[in-house]
Amino acid sequence: MEFFHKPTSFPFMSTRKMWYGLSIILMLVSIGSFFGRGLNLAIDFTGGVRIEAAFPQAANIDAVRAALKAAGFDEAPVENFGSSREISIRLPPQPGADSAAIRTKVEGILQSLDPGAELRSIEVVGSQVGNELRSKATEALLGALALIFIYIMFRFHTWRLSAGAILAVLHDPILVLGVFSVSRTPFDLTVVGAMLAVIGYSLNDTVVVFDRIRERFESSRRLEPRLVLDQSINQTLSRTIMTKVVTLIVVVALYVLGGPALKGFSEALIIGIVAGTYSSIYISSAIALDCGLKADDLLPSADKKPVDDLP
Amino acid sequence: MLEFARWKYFLVVFVTVAALLFALPSFYQDDPALQVVRKDKVAMDSAALGTVEQLLTGRAVPFKGAYIDDGRGIVRFADVADQLKARDAVNDALASQYLSALTNASRAPAFLRKVGLRPMALGLDLRGGLYLLYQVDVEGAISQLLDSYEQGFRRALANAKISFTDIVTYTSGGSSMPNALRILLPPDADVATALAAVKKDNSDLTFSVAHLADGPAIEMALTQAQITARRDYAIEKNRTTLSNRVNEMGVSEPIVQRQGADKINVQLPGVSNAAAVKDLIGKVATLEFRMEDTQNNAAEAAARGRPPLGSKLYKYNGVPVLLKRELIITGDQLTNATATTTNDGPAVSIKLNGPGGDAMLRNTEQNVGKRMGVVYIEKTRQTTMVGGKPVNKDLTEERVINLATIRGVFSNTFEITGLQAGESGDLSKLLRAGSLSAPITLIEEQAIGPSLGQDNIVKGRNALVIGLLAIFIFMALYYHAFGMVANAVLLANVILLTALLAILHASLSLPGIAGIILTVGIAVDANVLIYERIREELRNGVTPQAAIRAGFEKAFSAIFDSNVTAFLAGLVLYVFGTGPVQSFAIVLLLGIITSMFTSLLGSRALITLMYGGARKITKLSIG
Repeated sequence: MEFFHKPTSFPFMSTRKMWYGLSIILMLVSIGSFFGRGLNLAIDFTGGVRIEAAFPQAANIDAVRAALKAAGFDEAPVENFGSSREISIRLPPQPGADSAAIRTKVEGILQSLDPGAELRSIEVVGSQVGNELRSKATEALLGALALIFIYIMFRFHTWRLSAGAILAVLHDPILVLGVFSVSRTPFDLTVVGAMLAVIGYSLNDTVVVFDRIRERFESSRRLEPRLVLDQSINQTLSRTIMTKVVTLIVVVALYVLGGPALKGFSEALIIGIVAGTYSSIYISSAIALDCGLKADDLLPSADKKPVDDLP
Repeated sequence: MLEFARWKYFLVVFVTVAALLFALPSFYQDDPALQVVRKDKVAMDSAALGTVEQLLTGRAVPFKGAYIDDGRGIVRFADVADQLKARDAVNDALASQYLSALTNASRAPAFLRKVGLRPMALGLDLRGGLYLLYQVDVEGAISQLLDSYEQGFRRALANAKISFTDIVTYTSGGSSMPNALRILLPPDADVATALAAVKKDNSDLTFSVAHLADGPAIEMALTQAQITARRDYAIEKNRTTLSNRVNEMGVSEPIVQRQGADKINVQLPGVSNAAAVKDLIGKVATLEFRMEDTQNNAAEAAARGRPPLGSKLYKYNGVPVLLKRELIITGDQLTNATATTTNDGPAVSIKLNGPGGDAMLRNTEQNVGKRMGVVYIEKTRQTTMVGGKPVNKDLTEERVINLATIRGVFSNTFEITGLQAGESGDLSKLLRAGSLSAPITLIEEQAIGPSLGQDNIVKGRNALVIGLLAIFIFMALYYHAFGMVANAVLLANVILLTALLAILHASLSLPGIAGIILTVGIAVDANVLIYERIREELRNGVTPQAAIRAGFEKAFSAIFDSNVTAFLAGLVLYVFGTGPVQSFAIVLLLGIITSMFTSLLGSRALITLMYGGARKITKLSIG
């Protein structure tokens, strides 16, 4: 079995304006939504109380909401969590209230609706912790990007390829943020973990394509850069898609079977993997081309040793 | 011809066998269990365990087995209902001698446990329990340090018969908290002599002289290193204290660890009664022992609303009292406090550590017949909503809980008497709870019920098994025999990862399981790179064996590169993350290492076995 029995020859470079356009629109929407709407930050980052509860039968969300409101918890978002029997309740930081008191109160409210209601977990995060974590998460994301930029600069020798790789690496987490912002999916600490993994792996395909570009330049110096890039992407296409399909299989398994606690995490990975594949095929090489990539950039002169002896 | 060095085969076989062995216990499921330990901390023996077994049999609570592990008695049950019944029975009949705690016990056979092979540790999100995050009040710790220096300066100046106006704390050099002391001297003071006097016993401090409007002053600012050292000391001391308190409760496998610059996290598996536990371990109180200031009139000071220099104004039983600022000892020097009864009525018996005892001895020698006060300081955090935003305010409540006459000279053991009936129990509890070296505040907590933990394990395991199976089928269809090699290697990778996690005793969380699943996806990538390369070489008309060799060699740099960047991101995540996310990072980092090993060495060993040697190979089964 093979995805592509014959070597493909898709004209990626000549259609690049179209893909740029698509990416620019997606980036603008993502950035616009991120700054306009912001993220639906989970209590990890905002502080507050999160309660998970289970009912013996399907939970009546409206009744829970009304009962909470009657008890003085205004505007408490209540939603199904995992199954129709399970709910999650989010409360803003409760000034001065002890978690035990909140627990007793909410447990009382739920059990007045259904005596079989069970409070499965309660999490109380101080608002200060939330603020601190928010700045730490931002630092971590920027730190990871910086480290990877340094690695790219060091690895690719020419700024033309580096620019392509860096833009592709930026592209993917921005898109993840955009989708989370638009869809209002709760953004918690595990999503930051997934985003860091996406940043780490986003470069993967780009590196493979770039390695191939160098190899092609070595074997046929005179070929037009545009053709070399097209050939390189096409030659690695089978591998790129194969790898991503396999990774997606497991991540989708995680999304479907991993339970509600890992929904956001696996969603971020799915978006990141799809975006990463797209950007490494359509964007990163095209940018290198528009930056004026030539064979000489990769093979400066015969007496200079090649970067290394690999694909 | 394909070659693969013999030592590499040995390495692959050795690592695989070792990994299987270490990973084995983790593949058994857990039973709900009860941990029983003796209150006097003597290790459990078979007689003690027999008592527990007899009790359970007598009360008709069925159990699956009981054994002693590392001085703890472990009793396994078929379900949670029996486990809870057993706990109630033990608490009911044996509470005076034994502490019980809910836990999980692996179904792995006993011989594995006896040779030291343990299953992976599970995080709280997988086994249920209570997570608490405390913030240590660094400012409070620094202020205690300044207090003790202030006391030393006062003594040194008094001994050298140098008069001074006062010693005050202030904030120096843009610090966020008071970090310096200023000794105010009268205008005609001999600054050099005063400086020599305070310098004598404090050669590690830096002093400077300032000339203020009221006269000269000697200033001492703590260096950043001194502040950091004090902060670390306070956190380490508090961590030990919290750890001791947790151990008193008999929780199974508790974790108390420092987190970041000024936090301590406490993880208590199997604990569900959050309120009682928090009360017991998190009582945020410190103690200070100070002498009464009898040279000034407390009533006058209260009327003026301002204490005289060198004293602090308190109320005791509604009457104003003045206590000297000078500290005799603080709560962190207290090692024990128990309620007792003496001839004079209810009392609390106090035990101090060495330095505390010495300080108390010096103090009582000079002050028999005078009164000593015990100041109880409790910190609470009040959150109010200001303009829709919560604003935290730390409130400090200082209260004289006892003011009693020193009857004789004593050092590290003494009694506080003169208490009302019933007060001694509370006071001893307060004193014990108060022996933290700096105030701490609970800033985050999470209670996870055991059923949720069990659910998470099942979900994580299902996702892993289904994901793996799907990949196995896909790889076999796509790459035929090579696909089967990749599958064997993937399985080995999961086993190796499990073994490493068990060896490192890194606790596995739900995101950690997700990390294992993701690692599987990533590990496939290395194989795909190699196989696609082999296919390409074959298409170019290279002989099968040369294609295999070229595939491995040419794919290496791409595999290495993509793993380097993922490793960098994983490192950042590990440094920044805490708890569950850190577990994800650890799995990611270890997974990168194991997948490099299995796909480069393991899969090459298998493929060389299949196609190596002098045989003539005409076709590869690579789909």
